[in-house]
Amino acid sequence: MSEQSNGSGSVNPHSMTIIVTKGSLDWAYPPFILSTTAAAMGLDVTMFFTFYGLPLLLKDLDLKVTSLGNTAMKMPMMGGHMGMPNLVSAIPGVDRMASKMMKNLIKKKGVASIEDLREMAVEADVRLIACQMTMDLFEYDTSDMIEGIELGGAATYIEVATQSHINLFI
Amino acid sequence: MADKVLDAKGLNCPLPILKAKKALKEVPEGGTLEILATDPGSVADFQAFCRTTGNELVEHSEEGGVYQFLIRKSA
Repeated sequence: MSEQSNGSGSVNPHSMTIIVTKGSLDWAYPPFILSTTAAAMGLDVTMFFTFYGLPLLLKDLDLKVTSLGNTAMKMPMMGGHMGMPNLVSAIPGVDRMASKMMKNLIKKKGVASIEDLREMAVEADVRLIACQMTMDLFEYDTSDMIEGIELGGAATYIEVATQSHINLFI
Repeated sequence: MADKVLDAKGLNCPLPILKAKKALKEVPEGGTLEILATDPGSVADFQAFCRTTGNELVEHSEEGGVYQFLIRKSA
């Protein structure tokens, strides 16, 4: 666990914070990969979940990916890489299909699931802070969330960030 | 012979590192952990992991697409 502030403002060189603002299947990876790896390398890690990142703390995750507006999203297919025209992406059910394909690919390539990475983050004492304002805004209750999270706001994050060597926004 | 062997073959980043960290907990100080992996990225990653954590990367090699690492746990 991170130390509580002692007001001295000293920076721990082995510490990292990440502001997590996005909650789609693809965007969920960078923060959880970096937080678990940093914790494994001995860093004190804090993650602050806000806006669309907040649902990543829900007990039941049903993460999806969309190719809509994501021109760089190309899936390995039939020996090449295929993207999807926006018009097709907008058809109901296409996101679900793309998400299923992505999850199959993740499994096949030995990439961890977000559920597993999140569990490893909890095990590694990564500090998980849920943004109170987002909880109110999107009407979530702490009972919807996994155990062991804290609630906090911008000032809570800033205090941690002032003592942290690496501060990322994802 | 290493004190403990971790088979991380078929696992992708960052799982070999995360599992190695876990396995190191079961290795005595000064003891060694052997890791087998197929992720080509693990070569750079285990070097960085050891530089940052102070554990010693005693040796690493590759044979037939399998990377072998030997890490000595710092005292």
